[in-house]
Amino acid sequence: MATDIIIHDKKDNVGVVVIEKITPKQDCACWIMEDDSSTNIQSVDEIPLGHKIAMIDLNEGDTILKYGHDIGKVVKSIKKGEHVHVHNVKTKKW
Amino acid sequence: MEFPKSFLGYKRENGRAGTRNHVIILPVDDISNACAEAVANNIKGTIALPHSYGRLQFGADLELHFRTMIGTGCNPNVAAVIVIGIEPKWTKKIVDGIAKTGKPVEGFHIERTGDIGTTMKASKKAQEFVMWASEKQREECPISDLWISVKCGESDTTSGLAANPTVGNLMEKLEPMGVHLCFGETSELTGAEQVCATRGATKEASDKFIKTWNSYNDFILKEATDDLSESQPTAGNIAGGLTTIEEKAFGNFQKIGNCKFIDVLEPAEEPTKGKGLYFMDTSSAAAECVTLQAAAGFNIHLFPTGQGNIIGNPIEPVVKLTANPLTVKGMGEHIDCDVSKILSREMNLSEAGDELIKTTLRVANGRLTCAEALGHREFVMTKLYRSA
Repeated sequence: MATDIIIHDKKDNVGVVVIEKITPKQDCACWIMEDDSSTNIQSVDEIPLGHKIAMIDLNEGDTILKYGHDIGKVVKSIKKGEHVHVHNVKTKKW
Repeated sequence: MEFPKSFLGYKRENGRAGTRNHVIILPVDDISNACAEAVANNIKGTIALPHSYGRLQFGADLELHFRTMIGTGCNPNVAAVIVIGIEPKWTKKIVDGIAKTGKPVEGFHIERTGDIGTTMKASKKAQEFVMWASEKQREECPISDLWISVKCGESDTTSGLAANPTVGNLMEKLEPMGVHLCFGETSELTGAEQVCATRGATKEASDKFIKTWNSYNDFILKEATDDLSESQPTAGNIAGGLTTIEEKAFGNFQKIGNCKFIDVLEPAEEPTKGKGLYFMDTSSAAAECVTLQAAAGFNIHLFPTGQGNIIGNPIEPVVKLTANPLTVKGMGEHIDCDVSKILSREMNLSEAGDELIKTTLRVANGRLTCAEALGHREFVMTKLYRSA
């Protein structure tokens, strides 16, 4: 089956779009690399190739997990299926 | 996959093997570029390596300058070297450093002779060198003669998903064959530094890594005027979907697979602990990083890209791979190895690793890289601080 979204690790709360783009209200097939399992999600936003989608609802201050690791903090709440990027997530470093 | 355990390389006087057979005209300093380029223009088959520095540097910065100059001349991809500087003393220091390899090297200084006289003398010697080098034949060399450096650029999330893990897969397969491997990019491990530290083969290597990372991070925090947005990650990274330095770092880190590093190298420092993986303290700017790795003796480079970095190096062939189908479609002339089928799951990581090994060996045997065919010769010296 075609894969629309790849998730690195089953702990991750974001996935990466691997088709040219997903459109709002698209039912997407997700593949979790770590354990070769599958899941589904319905998108809210249009999201281009390589950009991230929230797999769950996220609140301000929550940690984004990708590769099973902390990659930054939520600075504006994000609903499941929304686009996750620089408008709602920031580094905890610099 | 069964892959060849040897490649066709140029055997050098000091026992190393080259994947290329360059005769280089190396300027010691910025003001000798014109003369070096005139010689390279006169004598076909030679290449000049112009750069911006070499005057009034001091301390660790000057040491790095000499290490980069001498290391570049010593690289086994270089058959012979003409060194041209304004003054005799620093010119001789570089000539003497390169001469230890046993390869032909001759120095010329411009002071008291001028550009025209120096160009004439150096051109005569360069002609002799290039005609001598042109008779060198490729011979069978064990795969362990490959010294492979890696660095990624214009990364996006497809780099961390597929192109970088492909390089990691190659490392896992080639490390047991006795190759030397090197990764760098100190700043781009920020966020993944604690995880990276656990990959030291010894406590000493791990401690040395953390010390190196801390020192670089302190420098960044001291000089930063904002949160480094658009520098790390770059605007290109952000366009490709990377949001934070931590995300970029974990993607970057996929390039070493499950390998452990045996030592931490200074910029342009030649590894001395034998086969295996090394970490080098470098900037994450592509041309600076590859120039330092080439100066440490690495003879072939693997460069995964997402959005499409186009970098090349004058002496170390840079093999580019991408997993981003839009990059393959839009700028395929820069891509040596297409692993975009990983994203559509028509290719698995191990198959991609095998493809990359095949491409690497073809380039080691002499096939031009895209960057070589397109004339990319980015030679960029790293400067640590202001000159005196």
